[in-house]
Amino acid sequence: MQTRLTINGTSQTHDVAPATLLVELLRDDLGMTGTHIGCDTSQCGACNVLIDGVAMKSCTVLAVQAEGKAITTIEGLANGDTLHPMQAAFREHHGLQCGFCTPGMVIAGLEIVRRRGHDLSAEDIAHDLEGNLCRCTGYMNIIKAIQAGAKAMEAHNA
Amino acid sequence: MREFAYARPGSVAEAARTFAGGGEAAFIAGGHTLLPAMKSRLRMPDTLVDLGGIPGLAGIARDGDTLTIGALTTHATVATDAAVAAAIPGLASLAAGIGDPQVRNRGTLGGVIANNDPAADYPAAVLALDAVVTTSAGRHAADDYFQGMFTTALTDGEIVTGVTFKVPPASAYAKFRHPASRYAVVGIFVARFAAGVRVAVTGAGPGVFRWAEAEAALSADFSAAAVSGLTLDPADLNTDIHASAEYRGHLAGVMLGQAVTAARRPHR
Ligand SMILES: Cc1cc2nc3c(=O)[nH]c(=O)nc-3n(C[C@H](O)[C@H](O)[C@H](O)COP(=O)(O)OP(=O)(O)OC[C@H]3O[C@@H](n4cnc5c(N)ncnc54)[C@H](O)[C@@H]3O)c2cc1C
Ligand code: FES
Ligand code: FES
Repeated sequence: MQTRLTINGTSQTHDVAPATLLVELLRDDLGMTGTHIGCDTSQCGACNVLIDGVAMKSCTVLAVQAEGKAITTIEGLANGDTLHPMQAAFREHHGLQCGFCTPGMVIAGLEIVRRRGHDLSAEDIAHDLEGNLCRCTGYMNIIKAIQAGAKAMEAHNA
Repeated sequence: MREFAYARPGSVAEAARTFAGGGEAAFIAGGHTLLPAMKSRLRMPDTLVDLGGIPGLAGIARDGDTLTIGALTTHATVATDAAVAAAIPGLASLAAGIGDPQVRNRGTLGGVIANNDPAADYPAAVLALDAVVTTSAGRHAADDYFQGMFTTALTDGEIVTGVTFKVPPASAYAKFRHPASRYAVVGIFVARFAAGVRVAVTGAGPGVFRWAEAEAALSADFSAAAVSGLTLDPADLNTDIHASAEYRGHLAGVMLGQAVTAARRPHR
C-alpha cells in the first residue's frame, strides 16, 4: 500500500504491506536502526518516536497509519555533529549504560518537555517515565539527564 | 503478524459497509489493544477497518448536565481537557491514570469500551456515571451495555461513535493499579447524583459491575465512615497471579473509602 509520510523532515512514499509496524518500516525497510524494539507487549518504550510532535510507541502503530504524518526518530534530533540538547544531557549526566533504552528515553524526555515545560521535578519525570523500561536500571541518571536536558533546551531555544 | 487487508474509510456508514464485506474484519482505533493481540496471534483478522480517518469521531462537548466524548478521543485529551476537568474531575483523573503517557497519546475511549477488558478503567466511569453509549446502530444505556468479560451489547460490525456521561455534583475514581501493566487490580468509580449514589467496580470480577450495598449506604450518608469495613464477597471475584479473590474483596472496600474521600473534596 502506497504510504506517504515525512521522516525527519524528508517527505517520502513507500510501498508497505499493511501488517508492517511503523518500527519495522523504520528499521527493516529504511535501515534506521536507532529506534529499538525491546518487548512484544507495548510496555518498554524503546521504540518511542514522535508522530506530529507527540510521542508514541512505533511498535504499536501500523506504518500505513502514519499516512500523512511527520515522524521524528532519534536519528532526526542532532544537527549535523552537534547533539540535540537532550542527547547532550544524557551524555553529560551518564544517562545511559548499555544504551539500549536510550533512544526511547530521549524521545520520552522530549514528550515530557512538550507537556510540562522546562522546569521539571524529579517526581514528575519519574512519573512520566512509567512507559519506559531500563534493564540496566539507570533511572536516577536518566531523570537527571532529562531535567538538565529540559533546561538546556530552553537555553538553546530547541 | 499475519497479513491482512487494510481500509481507511471516510465515514461511519462506509466503515460499516467495509466491515460487512470483509470476511473476518476488525475495526482499529488506537490499536493499543488490538495490535498486541495480533502480534501474539490471539486475534487474526483478515481485514482491518481503520476508524482513524473518520471526521467527527473525536472531541468533547458539554451540554448542560451531560458531557459527550467522541469514541476516537484519546486518553491524553480527556486527561487534559478543561471541560472534562470542570464537569467530571474523576473522569479526567481516571484518563490520566491509564497506562503511560505514550499509551494515553494513542489509546481511545471507544477502543476501551468496545473491548471491555475486565481490568480496564473506563467501564467503571461509564457505568457509575449512568452514561449512554452511542453507536452506528443506536444507543445503549450503560446498565445494559456491559455484559461480562470482553462482552458488550455491541453486535458484529457495530461502531461506537461516542459516550454521553451524566455530570454528577461529585465523583471520583480510585484504583489500585497493577505496577507493571497499570490496569486496575481493583478500581472503584463513585458518583453522587441527586437521585442517589452509583458505585461501579472494575478489575475485581469478570467484568465491571455495580455495588448495590455500597450504593445504598452512600445514598443514605455520603461519607467514607458509612462504608467503613464494607468488603465484596470473594465468591464472585477473580483469583489470578496478581491477587486472590479475598484480597480483591478487601481491596474494593479500601478503594471505595478512598474514592468517597476524594469525591467529597471540593472541586479544584
Ligand atoms: C502498555 C499498556 C498499558 C495499558 N494500561 C491500561 C490501563 O491502565 N487501563 C486501561 O483501561 N487500559 C490500558 N491499556 C489499554 C489502552 O487503554 C487501549 O487504548 C484500549 O484498551 C483500547 O483502545 P484503542 O483505541 O487502542 O483500541 P484498539 O486496540 O484499536 O481496539 C480495541 C478493540 O476495540 C474495537 N474497537 C476500537 N474502536 C472501536 C469503535 N469505535 N467501535 C467499535 N469497536 C471498536 C477493535 O476492533 C478492537 O477489538 C493499556 C495498553 C497498553 C499497551
Ligand atoms: S518495543 Fe515498543 S514498547 Fe517495547
Ligand atoms: S541503559 Fe541499558 S537498558 Fe537502559
